[in-house]
This record gives sequence, C-alpha cells and structure tokens, in this order.
Amino acid sequence: MEERVPVLRTQHLGIAFGGLHAVEDFNIEIYKGELVGLIGPNGAGKTTVFNLLTGVYKPTEGTFYLNNELLNGKKTHQIVEAGIARTFQNIRLFGNMKVIDNVKTAFSKDIKYGLCSALFRSKAYWKTEREIHERAMELLKIFHLEEKADYLASSLPYGEQRKLEIARALATDMKLLLLDEPAAGMNPTETAELLECIKVIREQFGIAILLIEHDMSLVMNVCEKIQVINFGKTIAAGLPDEIVNNPEVIEAYLGR
Amino acid sequence: MKTNKTAIRYAINTIALVILMIITFVIGGVDNNTIKLKIVPSVWQCCYLIIMAASLNLVLGFLGQLSLGHCGFMAVGAYTAALVSLAFQRAGVYDEKKGAAFMLVMIVSILAAGILSAVLGLLVGIPALRLKGDYLAIITLGFGMIIVNLINNIPFCGQQGLSQGTASSALYANGLGFSNDEKKGYMYVAVLAVILCMALMFMFVRSKFGRIICAIRDNEIAASASGIDVSYYKVLTFVFSAFFAGIAGALYSCCNAALATTSFAFTNGSILNSVFIVVMVVVGGMGSLTGSIVAAIGMFLLNYAIKNGTWVAALPGFLQNVFTYPMLVYSIALIIVIMFRPHGILGTSEFALCDIPKWPRMVASHFHKSDKEAEG
Amino acid sequence: MSTFIQFIITGLRLGSVYALIALGYTMVYGIIKLINFAHGDFIMVGGYTLYFVIPIMMALGLPGWTAVIFAIVVCACVGMLVELLAYRPVRKRGTNLTALITAIAMSFVLENLAQAIPAIGPDPRIPYILFSKTFSIGGVSISEATIITVVVSAMIMIVLYLFTQKTRIGRAMRCVAEDKEAAIVMGINVNRIIITTFAIGAGLAAVASLMYISQYPKVITTMGATLGIYAFVAAVLGGIGSLPGAVLGGLIIGIVQSGANTYISSSMSDTFVYLILIIVLLIKPAGILGKNVGEKV
Repeated sequence: MEERVPVLRTQHLGIAFGGLHAVEDFNIEIYKGELVGLIGPNGAGKTTVFNLLTGVYKPTEGTFYLNNELLNGKKTHQIVEAGIARTFQNIRLFGNMKVIDNVKTAFSKDIKYGLCSALFRSKAYWKTEREIHERAMELLKIFHLEEKADYLASSLPYGEQRKLEIARALATDMKLLLLDEPAAGMNPTETAELLECIKVIREQFGIAILLIEHDMSLVMNVCEKIQVINFGKTIAAGLPDEIVNNPEVIEAYLGR
Repeated sequence: MKTNKTAIRYAINTIALVILMIITFVIGGVDNNTIKLKIVPSVWQCCYLIIMAASLNLVLGFLGQLSLGHCGFMAVGAYTAALVSLAFQRAGVYDEKKGAAFMLVMIVSILAAGILSAVLGLLVGIPALRLKGDYLAIITLGFGMIIVNLINNIPFCGQQGLSQGTASSALYANGLGFSNDEKKGYMYVAVLAVILCMALMFMFVRSKFGRIICAIRDNEIAASASGIDVSYYKVLTFVFSAFFAGIAGALYSCCNAALATTSFAFTNGSILNSVFIVVMVVVGGMGSLTGSIVAAIGMFLLNYAIKNGTWVAALPGFLQNVFTYPMLVYSIALIIVIMFRPHGILGTSEFALCDIPKWPRMVASHFHKSDKEAEG
Repeated sequence: MSTFIQFIITGLRLGSVYALIALGYTMVYGIIKLINFAHGDFIMVGGYTLYFVIPIMMALGLPGWTAVIFAIVVCACVGMLVELLAYRPVRKRGTNLTALITAIAMSFVLENLAQAIPAIGPDPRIPYILFSKTFSIGGVSISEATIITVVVSAMIMIVLYLFTQKTRIGRAMRCVAEDKEAAIVMGINVNRIIITTFAIGAGLAAVASLMYISQYPKVITTMGATLGIYAFVAAVLGGIGSLPGAVLGGLIIGIVQSGANTYISSSMSDTFVYLILIIVLLIKPAGILGKNVGEKV
C-alpha cells in the first residue's frame, strides 16, 4: 500500500514580529484534491499564514513541506516554481497589460528560450510562443474570459478581475493553490459563479486548495476540512459540522 | 491567419527599413553643402538621441524604474569607443579613416563601447536595483556622478586628456572623431546602428522578457507570486539598456571631435544630459519604443529650430532669453505633458506602419468616445 | 594638528549649511513622499534676493543681514507657488514616479527661468560680503561667518524640532506624515499643511543661502543644483523623513567633503560623497535614522 504524501505539511509554523506572535504553532496537512478552509476573525493571522507559505515573510519558527520538499527560507519565485501559487486579498493584476498577457506572464517558468532566441526570433521562440498562447487561451476559456483576451486587465469588472487572478495563479502549474478571500466584494450571483469555477478547477487540475474566506456559507458549502485560527493560534480543526458546533469557535466569532 | 498577419507585418517593416537605408545611401552620396553641414550632423545626433531615449525607456517605461544616471553609461561608451579606436590607430591597424581595416576598427570600437557599458551596468545594477522608486533614482544619480567623476580623474581620459590638448586633436585626426565629409560618408553606419538597436529592443519587449518586465512594473509582488525572479530580470533589463546607452555613446564620439565629461552630467547647459533623456522618454510615452523614436526626433528638431531659427531673433527680449535656455521650454513641456497624460503622449501604445490605414477610424472612434463621455 | 582642527571646523560649517537645506528636503518628503528636486533651486532664489536686497538694506542704514527676511519671504512664496502650480495637480492624477519627474523638471524650470531673466543672467554675481572678520586662535583661523553659521543653524534646528513637537501645526504635520487619510478624517486641512511645509522648507533654504554666500561670495543660477544635490544626499543619508537624521547627514557630508578636500583631492570629493551615500543605502536602505516601511501584502 502506497503511503499518501500530503501536498502541504506544516510543522509548528510561526512568525514573530518583534515580540508579537502573529502566527504560532500552525499545523496543517492538505492532501491532493482536498479543499480546506482557513477561517478566523479579522486580524487572526490568516493572510500572514499565506505570506509565510509563499515566502513573503520568512518563518521564525517551524517548517513547511510541499510533497516532502522543505521550502523554508526559499524566495517567493522559488516557492512558486516548487508549486504553490496564490491570489491576493486586494487584487493584484498587471493592470496595464492585456488579459492574455497576464496569464502568459505566469507561464514564464515554462518558457525555456533564452535572450538570444528572443532577440533573433529563433524557431524555439515561435514554437514556444504559439504553445503558450494556446495554453493561455484554454485557461481563459475555463473562466469565460476568452473573448476579453485583448482587453486591458484593469478594464475588467471586479468579478472578472478576481477570476483572472485565479487563472493567472493556475498558469504557474502549481500543486497547491492559496485563495485569499476570493469572494470578497462579490454579489451572491458572482459568488455562486465563483463556486462553480472553484469546483471545476479542482476536478480538472486535481490540485489541493487552501481557501481563506469570511463568507461562512461558502466555506461550509465547499470545504471538506476547516481550520479556525484566532490571535495566531489554531483553535479548532476538523469537518464543517464539528466546527459549526465548536464552542470555542462560536466564542471567537460572537464573543462571550 | 494570425501567423500570416505577422509575416505581412515583418515584410512591411523590412521593406520600409530597406527604403530608409537606400535613402541614407543616396543622401550620403550627394555632394551638397546644405546636406553636408546641416542634415548629416543632424542625422548623427538624432541617431544617438533615439538610441538613448529608447534604451532609457526600457528601464523607465517598461520596467518602471527611474534611473537618473543613464548618461553615465553613455559617457563610458563614448570614452571606450574613442580610446579603443585610438589604440588601434597607434598600433598601426589603420592609417586613414577609410577602407576595410577602419570599418572593422569602427565596428569593434562600437561593440566594445556597448559591452563595457553593459559590464558597468551589471556592476551598478546589482546593488542599485535592490532599491526602489525614489531611492533608486538617487542611487543611480550617485553612480552616474561617480562614473563621470572617475573618468575626469583617470589621467589618460580626463578633462586634461581627450577634451583638450594633444589627445583631443588625436581623436579628431586619427580616431573616431569624424570630419563633416567623413560623417556624410559613414552616415549609413549610424542609421544602420539605430535600425539594429531598435530591432533588438523591439524583439526584447515583444517576447517573454517584455511581458515579464511590464509585469514587474505593474505589480512587483504579484510578479514574484507568478514565479518571476524579480531582481534577476531587473538587473538583466538594466544591463541590456546600458549596452545600448554605450552604443549611443560610441556614436556620439564618432560625430564629435572632442570629448568632455561635462557633456554627460546630470544637468548641464546643452541638451545632452540625463534629464533631457528623461524628457524624451516621458514625452514620447513611458512604455512605447516608437514613441521614443518620434520624441527623440521631434525634440531634436525643436531644439534645432530654437538654436538656429531666425524666428527666435524676431521675438521680444524676454522670450528671446527664454529660448536661449531651451531646457526651460522642455521642462515646462514635460510638466504639462505629465499633468494631462501621466504616461506620455503615446502612453504604452506603439504604432506600426501597417496600422496607418486604420488611423482615420481610430481617431474617429476616439472622438466618438469622448462625445459619449461628454453626453454621459 | 591645526590642519585637522581646520578641516573639522570647515566640515562643521559646510555641514550646518547642508543640514539646513536637508531639513527642507526631509520635511517635504515626510509629508508627501516626494523628493523635491526644486528645493536646491530655492537656495538660488534666496541667493539672488540677498544679492539685490543687501545693498538696499545697507543704504537704509540697517545691517546687511536683515535682507534675509526678504529672502525668506520670497523663497516661501516660490515654494508655495511650485506646490500649487505643479506638484498638486500632478499628485492628483499621477503616480510617485510622475511626481518625481515633475520635481526634476521643476528644478530645471527655476534654474533656466532665472537665467532667462535679464537682471540675473547666466554670469555669476558677487554679493556684498557679510561677516568678514576672522579670528585666529593658535594657528587655527575661524571666521565670524563660521561661528554665526554653526550657532544660527543649531538654533534653527532646535526651534524647528520644538515646533514640530509642541505646536498645533507641527503636530498636524507629523500626523499628515504618518497617515494622510487618517489626518483628513481628523479634520486636518491636509493641503494647507503641505503648503505650510513647503513655505517653511523654502524659508530654511533662504537662511542657508545667507550662510553660504557669506562664506563663498558668489551667486550663480546653477548654485542650487550642486548644493541641493549634496544636501539631498545628506537627507537620504540621515534617513529621509527624520529631522535629526537630516542634521546628522548634513554634518557627515560636510565633514567628509572637507576631509576629502584637505587630505585627498578636491576633484575626488564628489566621488566620496556619493560612495558614502551608496554604501549607506545598501546597508540600511532607509538611511541612518530612517524607518524602513515595507509594502503591505
């Protein structure tokens, strides 16, 4: 029997800014195809966890592994190459670039041609560019953005910008996707659409997803597992039903 | 379908460039004093201004980082080309400025200028590009000043070296410093250099490199979260841009009989300073190489008109004074452009020869749109 | 030994002038996060005002230094005009990068405009020399100007520090520097604070130009560019945005420059100034006393 290796495994991960422990003793295991929710009140340290996992901050304690590969202390782009991609709470697109170029940029690590090929337009250049174009269009199709491929990213409406950001993250060909409040600022219809999208990409790409979300109904609907943090500490982890009835979680959200 | 279009575009551009080269050869062959004394030196100046503007645009417009020491690289290029050519002359590779041997020396000098500039760009870029925004502007300003200051203090190329005394006449008599006749004869070299440099820069920005550096400009954090090694590409672009600044410097030393470091300072009386280059880039459009070409030629013509035009003398006293110091005009123009079009006149859009038939429609749709906005 | 003391004294004097100018850079940067390249040219404006007004004051029977009051007023007006006409409109629409380019352009506008004005022109002018007495103590000569420069600069710095700490406007300035949005919510008129800052910074530049020309009696339109760049290096070195940092940076640059002039070669002193700047920026990007603020993800 083959032992299952978790896509993401963290051990006692934590970070302290001066004396303040923004996150401490964060342990999680995510397996292939799983969708895990990370919830907690404002300022609980959810985004900090993402920043730790993507190398924006260096963890001051603990370790984290992607498919058993130690990623501590790696730079952001190295972590992306290893296979963790993310979206941002406040959308960060390449606003002055075309929609399709946003996606193509994220394919960069797959583009092997060098400076000389680019400058003198070698065969490799044309071939790779054609392939990348097709792959980018395919990806945009999943999000129904193919008709807007030549629009400027900043001209898209809010909901589509969110989608484009996810499409761009998917282009990095990752094993673990971190979504930071993807439904923030969306109306119910847009949220429902987004849910569909998340389900589709999970089936199509077979990846693991870690999701930060405030919208409890969304989290309860789609996540298999939920982890709750408050003041940087994990206060509960388990199945959605267990979490809803956990007194500590209720207290954290509603107060005493 | 798509590849077909690309092929047509390439064909049109190639034909246009070939026509340009033929015109250059024809002008270079005509014996006429107006051409020799006015047009040819202007073409040379335009050539190095275009390369300077476009190369700074890579850093300022595409990468989104303000470098104020760009003329420092040009200075390095100019001095390198001059010294290399003089060294070959002293070694007896060529006697007079014609023939295959001199041609070869010229090519080697120009390439050497580019390469040494690029090396310096690497040395400056690695530490400097760790900083961003205002701090990067300051540190590149500092490096630019240091480069100029060092050149001043190197005995064989400093203020007492190439700009005055024997070495200066040596550059003119034996090195790359061309007389008007030679400038006319070798004008095609300058034009060819511009075409090649611009082609390389276009290829650069129309490849993954261009996409990546624009992404870094738009959002550095998102770029690194898309798997891009931000500092690597920043330094690469900086070095690439310094290479072309060096080549521009080499062209400069070709068409000037003497070199002085004051020509490459951050600010000086003439138009050749780091700020004027910034003006050209911003006016043409940050992120538009064709814009840089147009702006470089346009600003050069404006400057030429101000410097040599008889209309200036017809103005009232104070205005005449204003035009004696044209940087005043350019600076005000720069501020006005920035106020109304923060990304420059062309913004990030390029224009292509094959798009010219579409222009009337584009202009019409633009006005149509503004009408709509006015109604709404 | 006397060379050493002489070099320290020269350094202190130069440094005090740089510190006064650097304060202007730092105050503006602290508030609108813009390097005001035109600040150096305020010195030039002050210099020419002094050149024209000192003889008038003397003719009226007043001491020559009273002209500095006019210089302060003129500089403050120019500072406010620059903010109103160029920086404010650009700030509304553009990015940090375009604001920075505007500032550089503004510096060129002032410099070349001065050259275009017939009464000023490109040739250097020699102003009336103030404070020309010199004392000699044990082989070291100290001019009256040196003493006045150091003492007045120190006093101004202390007053400015108290001003930002204790007065209502000073507190409002610090508040705007900390968080502009919050300041608006607190009912602070941000635009008025910004313009006040420009006026104060330009006024300091006028005082600095009095100190400077009493030592180097030459007024020229490009004097601001060179002086300004040194002062601005000083501000960055000390940590731009920090008042004590500007003073510290100014003194360091002054002493380094005078040291390089005394012991190495005056033509290399620029290289040393920039080298120090580069080293400090690379080791501590925010400057010696500056706070490093990263971008929030």
